[in-house]
Amino acid sequence: MTTTPPTPADPAPDADAPAVYRLTVNGVARTVEGTKATDSLLHVLRDRLGLPGAKNACEQGECGSCSVLVDGVLVCACLELAEAAVGCEITTVEGLTPAGAEPGDAALTGAVLTDVQRAMVEAGGVQCGFCTPGFVVAIHDLLDRVPDPGPFDVREALAGNLCRCTGYGRILAAVERVVALRGIGR
Amino acid sequence: MTPASAPTGVEAPAAPDRPAPGGRVGDSPIRPDGTPKVQGRFAFASDLEADGMLWGRTLRSPHPYARVRSVDIGPALAIAGVSAVLTADDVPGASTYGLMSPDQPVFARGVVRYMGEPLAAVAADHPDTARRALAAIVVDYEPLDPLVDPALAASKDGPPIHPDGNVIRHIRVEHGDTAASGDVVVEGVYEVGMQDQAFLGPESGLAVPDGEGGVDLWVATQWLHEDRDQVAACLGLPQDQVRLHLGGVGGAFGGREDLSMQVHACLLALRTGRPVKMSYLRDESFVGHVHRHPARMRYRHHATAAGDLVKVEAEVLLDGGAYASSSWAVVSNAARFACGPYRVPNALVDATVVRTNNPPCGAMRGFGAVQVCFGHEAQMDKLAARLGLDPVELRLRNALATGDVLPTGQRVTGAAPVAECIRSAVAHPLPPAIGDGWLERPGGAGRTADASRVRRGVGVAAGFKNVMYSEGFEDDSEARVRLAGGVASITCAVAEVGQGFVTIASQIARTVLGCDAVVEPADTVGIDSAGSSSASRQTWMSGGAVLRAAHLVAGQVRSALAEGLGVPPSSLALTDDGRIVGAAPGGGPDALDRIDMTVAEAAGDRAFESTAVHRHRRTYPLDERGQGDADVSFVFAAHRAVVDVDIDLGLVRVVQVATGQDVGRVLHPAQVTGQIEGGIAQGVGLAVMEEMVVDGGLVLNPSFTDYLIPTVADTPEVLATCIEEPEPEAPLGAKGAGEPPTISSTAAIAAAIRAATGVDVTRVPVRPWDLI
Repeated sequence: MTTTPPTPADPAPDADAPAVYRLTVNGVARTVEGTKATDSLLHVLRDRLGLPGAKNACEQGECGSCSVLVDGVLVCACLELAEAAVGCEITTVEGLTPAGAEPGDAALTGAVLTDVQRAMVEAGGVQCGFCTPGFVVAIHDLLDRVPDPGPFDVREALAGNLCRCTGYGRILAAVERVVALRGIGR
Repeated sequence: MTPASAPTGVEAPAAPDRPAPGGRVGDSPIRPDGTPKVQGRFAFASDLEADGMLWGRTLRSPHPYARVRSVDIGPALAIAGVSAVLTADDVPGASTYGLMSPDQPVFARGVVRYMGEPLAAVAADHPDTARRALAAIVVDYEPLDPLVDPALAASKDGPPIHPDGNVIRHIRVEHGDTAASGDVVVEGVYEVGMQDQAFLGPESGLAVPDGEGGVDLWVATQWLHEDRDQVAACLGLPQDQVRLHLGGVGGAFGGREDLSMQVHACLLALRTGRPVKMSYLRDESFVGHVHRHPARMRYRHHATAAGDLVKVEAEVLLDGGAYASSSWAVVSNAARFACGPYRVPNALVDATVVRTNNPPCGAMRGFGAVQVCFGHEAQMDKLAARLGLDPVELRLRNALATGDVLPTGQRVTGAAPVAECIRSAVAHPLPPAIGDGWLERPGGAGRTADASRVRRGVGVAAGFKNVMYSEGFEDDSEARVRLAGGVASITCAVAEVGQGFVTIASQIARTVLGCDAVVEPADTVGIDSAGSSSASRQTWMSGGAVLRAAHLVAGQVRSALAEGLGVPPSSLALTDDGRIVGAAPGGGPDALDRIDMTVAEAAGDRAFESTAVHRHRRTYPLDERGQGDADVSFVFAAHRAVVDVDIDLGLVRVVQVATGQDVGRVLHPAQVTGQIEGGIAQGVGLAVMEEMVVDGGLVLNPSFTDYLIPTVADTPEVLATCIEEPEPEAPLGAKGAGEPPTISSTAAIAAAIRAATGVDVTRVPVRPWDLI
């Protein structure tokens, strides 16, 4: 039996046509050149814009390691076409800033962690760390929407983010820590 | 020969942030790599890039078994943007590789033996170009009838699918009176499905040619030096021309012990003269690494009427898949631990691992002990039921203790707190009855039955395994500690895979030298092997090497200080907390100045450095009757699981897992907790969710859509007690903590499901249709 390969030409007629567009990432307008129309937002962020914080654990929309915010909505960057995010505000883990800080400055220098980032480190929510940026973005999204979630709210909200190392116990502890600290601050 | 410059675009791999001061042995300092990880700045192997980089991809067989008549790479090479297409004809060195036996081709030639076996690799300017190049390669296959039944493979009728034959190893353990029998006999047949490590960081690496014929490879692996040796052999290069550097590792769990993309990426880089990055997609990852061996087990337990074990008979058959990987050692573990953590005066264990055309299997957390634990613990429950004894009482009655003899004839000389593990597990409070929340019911939101159709069950299990490699294997570790400028820097080739060795190593150096400590990036250039990050061994072995090197440095500093003070070194003492204390002649003729300073303070502006190797005591091969002192040390754990089962839909919710775990000594309480919780989650997965479904050699579910690992909604509450009985031979009294949580948690959950449903669960993972 001979396996007949598909024709080399891609079925999408303009898939190879070079695209040029601008994306607003972490408050900064970035020009994207030389990519294909089929490139995912994850590929463009990681491999074109030098922002590897969003991870590539499955590239099937199942693991949440590529979680980013597009116009404030939590999405899997691997399932979004990059070009479709033109005109949107994209926030990656690299662009998260502590309350009161200007977007894009302090956190990028590594000098200041957000409360969620700090809690994840201090509570032991980080082991291999591959899921961590996705969890950080998803926890920010949850707690910005729901300041005082119940235990099942947290579990449901984070069920789209897989972790293979921690068994989630210390990640839940990190969430509790942030909820408590923000509660004190209110 | 100089290494190629480090990849760009991100920080150097594993570059640690300096940890906060403090954090000695026994504390819970934050991970030194924690801050870059939460910021997305930590450089995983899949994040690396270099100028002029190409993307590599692998062509894999869609057939589990086929003759390969021809491979035509011409159409792929004709695609614009494709720089190289390599096949078996392009491997300059050894054409095969393997952890224990070099039986696996770098690229298949003439025959493919499993679905996913590599045939060719391409390098191209864009991942999508590489994908299209793979599709353009024309392979002429003649599919063959795959050998997928391990029992057939083990029999004389099984046609050999490899020149080395189908039986990879057969072990027979005969201990005591193998003809003995008990008042009560219980039998059972058990089966364990194929579990995947499902580490989140895909197999990834970046190979950079050095322009002088050599290559540097940044890679996610568990053992840099072993990879280096295998890669160099396949490249036909001397070892010093192949330099491996640890790229950030996104979990491992055994799945990175074998080579994946290492040789392919190096070959492509050397052929093209350009850096080549390879990073598997998830569907490729599922066939790109080895898995936990599926097992079939037949058990017969004999006991007295009072409940003392008389004899255990076990037959274990493991499906090794197409290539040997670490099957040789996995089957030995299955044989040595087949009877469980109990006093078994007479035993007859027959264990075999065979080659089939199923996906290759090898190391996964618990390594042979997990499979047999499901069998021996089901038997213990069956025995308790037959005897009318409480399952916990039966286990306590037979619990192994220091001084007891194992079925291999080896006497347990170290800590063996089996009874304490069991008592601690069952002493934890039970969870409240099922609540009203939708997510509290089996199946979660939207898929649940009425609460009146949910049954709760409780089950208990205990298990054990070895720490370190066994049967005469010498897995030494080397470490270097340099004290300069008030900071200790640690060089050790340990693969930090997430387990937190970088934290432990820093704690050890801080404790001995009284100063801050950093762990340097790991590579094969500047230090000898640390052995593998597996078998729960790095805290003991490489922790031991760091401890030794730090002590040597402290001794040097003490000597230098003594010399400066004009006193014998013996007049100065090193304390347990990194200080030098004593007395030295002071201002007046008879005056003595009290000396009390940290080792680092005493070092002042001078630099001190020492390199040390830690070796464990010698172990021995098993003889033809399976007898021998094969192991260095053992770790034990017990688990109690509570489940709720929807008896109409067969859905299971694991509500709580409580454990007592033998750890020797806790060096970092938070990290031990993390190992226990994470290991139990993987045990939950094997119990009720995770299975690579393989039909006729074809993997049917290579994705996180169809291979389900526990989410935060699936994981139970975990209650843990660490049993601290320091291990006499362990450098800090600490045994490894990584594997025990996975060994008996699955068996405990299966027992709880039996208790809830009355169904005789004989197979894991338990599927809904097994229960209704």
